[in-house]
Order: sequence, then structure tokens, then C-alpha cells
Amino acid sequence: MSFSFHAAVAERGFDVSLELAPGETVAVMGPNGAGKSTLLSTIAGLVRPDTGHAELDGRTLFQVGPGSHHWTPPHRRGTALLAQEPLLFPHLTAAENVAFGPRSAGVPRRQAREQALQWLADVEAEALAGRRPAGLSGGQAQRVAVARALAADPGLLLLDEPMAALDIHSAPLLRRLLKSVLKGRQTIIVTHDVLDALMLADRVAILENGRITEEGPTREVLARPRSPFAAGLAGLNFVTGTLTPAGIRTGTGQDVAAGLDIAGHLEEAGPDGPSGAAGQPGVAVFPPSAVSVFLTDAHGSPRNSFRVEVSDMEPHGDQIRVRGGGLAADITPAAAAELGLVPGVVVHLVVKSAAVAVYEA
Amino acid sequence: MTRLARHPYTGIPRWVSALAVLAVAVVVLPLVAIVAKVDWENFTTLVTSESALDALGLSLRTSAASTLLCIVLGVPLALVLARSSFPFQRLLRSLVLLPLVLPPVVGGIALLYTFGRQGLLGATLQVLGVQVAFSTTAVILAQTFVALPFLVVSLEGALRIGGHRYEAVAATLGAPPGVVFRRVTLPLILPGLASGAVLSFARSLGEFGATLTFAGSLQGVTRTLPLEIYLQRETDPDAAVALSLVLVAVAVAVVSLAYGPGTAARRGLAQRSTPPLILERSVK
Repeated sequence: MSFSFHAAVAERGFDVSLELAPGETVAVMGPNGAGKSTLLSTIAGLVRPDTGHAELDGRTLFQVGPGSHHWTPPHRRGTALLAQEPLLFPHLTAAENVAFGPRSAGVPRRQAREQALQWLADVEAEALAGRRPAGLSGGQAQRVAVARALAADPGLLLLDEPMAALDIHSAPLLRRLLKSVLKGRQTIIVTHDVLDALMLADRVAILENGRITEEGPTREVLARPRSPFAAGLAGLNFVTGTLTPAGIRTGTGQDVAAGLDIAGHLEEAGPDGPSGAAGQPGVAVFPPSAVSVFLTDAHGSPRNSFRVEVSDMEPHGDQIRVRGGGLAADITPAAAAELGLVPGVVVHLVVKSAAVAVYEA
Repeated sequence: MTRLARHPYTGIPRWVSALAVLAVAVVVLPLVAIVAKVDWENFTTLVTSESALDALGLSLRTSAASTLLCIVLGVPLALVLARSSFPFQRLLRSLVLLPLVLPPVVGGIALLYTFGRQGLLGATLQVLGVQVAFSTTAVILAQTFVALPFLVVSLEGALRIGGHRYEAVAATLGAPPGVVFRRVTLPLILPGLASGAVLSFARSLGEFGATLTFAGSLQGVTRTLPLEIYLQRETDPDAAVALSLVLVAVAVAVVSLAYGPGTAARRGLAQRSTPPLILERSVK
């Protein structure tokens, strides 16, 4: 294990364990205030945890607890941090900014400059070498900041929402560049964008209320979310309950029947379906596109129906996303107009059991 | 369109503008009065008398020395006040700023009972063979005492506005604290440091009360230009007016150096007028 981390910060209700395999990139996602920035700051040495232990490539970053106190200062950790804003030193040119890490490590001036130009080329910013940060666009500055972080040759790269402050034209370019430069590099990337997790990360960890609530390969977490947050990321409706032979029964006593033929979803449940673990906590997920909206409760037996009050509606691609009772349905604008949907209307959200995947929570 | 661009709406009531004009008069009129009173025929003779040149030279030398002392002591103090947190920090900040509002003559008395022969450190200094009071050193100490807060205040502002995020990034890039200070912190606060140093220099140059009390008025040793002007006023008012004009000229030069177009301090002001760095993550 080349990076292992456990830390608790009581004041912020933060208690997280995280491990990275060599060369692995992990995306950390979660709602605002969940502790994502605390995680990065603690790893980088900018925040002191109350208790904890972290090791990077065999070196102890910190060992804090009763009777033990070892603290490696930030500049000896090899954990370069790239924040949402580029924070390029305004008095240095782009090349001097990138050369800052190597210079601090004692690399001679000329050699550091050569390295800097090489890193700038890697992020397609060599033409900006002589410019000051004030003369760079947000996307250009963030690319230079990526080059600067990489030039410090960090054992672990920490990215704190690097795309969040960029406009929609700059973000895809940076994402593509990150994909190539992060290959084989140990990285933790905090992001709000599920696309970052898909493109850049091997694994995703969901951080909620200072705890990691869900963790696994990105595709698996998105396909079988076990937390409402992950389901939201995957764009899926998420219903919790207890497993029954046919599906799950929710807390309000409603049965949700699951189909067995959803690609991949129920493979682990075996030929008996989810019944193998009947009585255990389970979740049912289904995409909003599979949900139909009716004004009356008229449906056949293989269908699940939820009686909800429409809480809000918003455009979603060329569809209208209708929300109510914690569920979402995508319908065409024509259908919405025909049904006369407005917030406050009571409707029945109907989903075929074939579109519902059920598994243990 | 052009008319609008030339006269954009300001929303300033007329009576406010009138009071502003009055404020300008309060500041500018006395300066005009000095210029009007100057005996231009003998001006050169008056300002190049031996005592006047002695005083001017002493003033420039001591002010330069005290400004240097302010920088050497004030930068670390401002850093500690702005960046770290410790008990009684607010109290300490108030104490450091006290000379700003303290009557200089009180400062002079305080210094006298610190470094004077009867003072707190006086006996120790005497054993070491050092006599501070009524020496050029005393002039520099008095000037440093009154000028230090100017430097600390403008620097602390610059430090707070910048936040410490650049320093944090520099550290994660592998720079030890000494390198961070030299290559990141100092260059970033340079505009604030420049304007603070200029203000300190100006305050030192004008220092009168504390100097007279603590250092006395000995020609060539402790009699700075303001003291010389005060003394001449009794015997030779024309000389006093001419020397006053010299100080006004120096003050104008200092202010334009600090806030004129294209200067470091001006850039510092411009930087300050831009929105401060987003310290908290924006809510998404």
C-alpha cells in the first residue's frame, strides 16, 4: 500500500480512512461541507488532525494520537495541492511559477527552467511561458498551475475541484490533459462532476458528513449506488427498504417489484433474485427515463406506482424532469402540457419492474 | 453616449461637494500661505545657512535610519500579527498602534524613562558604556517609536488581503518556510511595504515632540529640521518660513513617490481595490 490515511478532526466531525494503490487515482465526491477540503488539507499538512496516521511511499506524513506525535511539515510531504483557483504567484512568469517546485528542491536555475518548459509543453502551454498570471485566462492559468504541481514531482497529487472555476470551453481541454498526465500517478481528485470521476479516476469515494459512505470502482458505484448521493450522481432514482422475494418493501409499506433482466444489475443476486437476502436492508434504483407520469392510478400488475405531489419541474435535455416525493421522471414537454403538470398536482409515477434494479444496501 | 461617458452619474449631493471643496481649502490654503510668505530674494541664503544644512542633513540621515529600522522590525511584527494567533493578540495589536494616537511628547517622556540615565534600561546601558538620551541614536529611536505603527498597519492590511493561500501552495510545492518568505511573501507584500516605508519616512521626517523631549536640540547631533524651524521662528521668521517650504517640498516628493502614477504603492492600492481573493469555497 503506497498511501494510507486515517484521521479524525473532532471540531469538523471528520473521520476518514482512505488508501491508494500505487499509481491509483481516486475521486472524492460529496455534498458541500462534507469534509472534502479538510481531507486534502490534512493530507497536505495544512490542517492538523486530532488523531490519525498517514503514510506515503513508506514515509510517515503524520502520526498523531495519545502518546505519539510525528508531524512532517507540508514542504517535506511531496503532496502538491492544486486548488479550484490556480493561485499562480502573480509576480512570477508562467515558466518561473512552474520552476518554483524544482528550484525549491535545489535544482539549478537553468535546469529548473528546462524542466518547467517541458511541463508547460505537456499541458499545451509552452507559448505562455513568458506571460505573467495577470495576462492568462482562467483555463490557461489552471493549466500552468497543473504543470507547476506536476513539476514539483509529488508522490501524491491533490486536486481540489480543478475544473470548478473554469468556463465550459476550458474545462474539457483541462480534463483531457489531466487524463494524460495523471496516468500512473497517485492522485486524489475532489470533484463535483461525475464526468471527472468517470474519465480520470479508477475509484470513487463518496464523502458525506465527514465519513466515507461508499467506495468502489467508479463504474460499479455509478451502476449500483448504495447512497442517495451516489444515486444522484448516477442520475438514478433511489428507494430504500427491506429486501423481499420480489424486490423491496419501503418504510411506508410499499412494495417495489424488481425485474431480473436488467443488464448486469442482478447478477450477484443469483438465480433466486434478491430473495436470497430477504429481510435485509435493500435499495431499488431506476432511471428517471423509465418513469411514466399518470394522473390516475391505472396500471397493470408488473408495474410499480408511487403516488406523489409534484414539487418542481425543470428542463432536462429535451425532456422535462418532474420531481416529487424524492423521485424524478423524465417526460416530453408535450406530455407535461397534456397532463397539465404544475407543482402541487398529485400524480402517479409508474415504473415497469423490468427497469428496477434491487440489491442489498 | 459620449456625454454620458464624460459625465457619469455620481449621486453626490451638492452640499457634499461644497463641504469637499471646504476640506480642500483647509488643507491647501495654509500651504499657499507659506508660499506667499516666503522671502524669495534671500531664499537660497536662508536655506543654505550652516545650521539649516546641518538640520536637513541630520533629518534625512536619521529618517533613513529609522525607516530601515521600521522595516527590519515592522515586517516580522506585521507577519506575526497577521498570520499567527496567540493569546492577547488583539491587545498586542492595540499596544503597537498606540504611538499613532499618543501625543509625541508623551512618547518622548516614555522613551526618556526607558533609555535615559534614570530609566528602565539606563543603568544597564551605562554599565555597557552606552549613552542613548540626547544623542543621534535617541533621534532615531524617537522617530522609530512614532513611525513603526504606520509600517505595521499598511503591511498588515496587505498581508490580510492576500491571505496565506499562496504560502500554503508554495509549501505543498516543497518550499521550506525561509524560501516561502523570500520568494512568495516578500514579493507579494512589496507594494504595501513600499507605501508603508514611505509613510514611515515621512512621519520620521516630521517628528518633533518626542525628539525634543528625548533627544534635545543640539545642532548637528539632535536638531532635526522641524526643531530648527521651531527655533528659527523665534529669532528669524523668514528663515523658518523658507525651511518650512523645504519640508513641504520634501513631503510633496514623498507623497508623489508613494502614490504617484506607476509607483509600487499605487499598484498596491490598485490591487487592493480589486475584490479580495475568494477565501471560502464558493457554494456550488
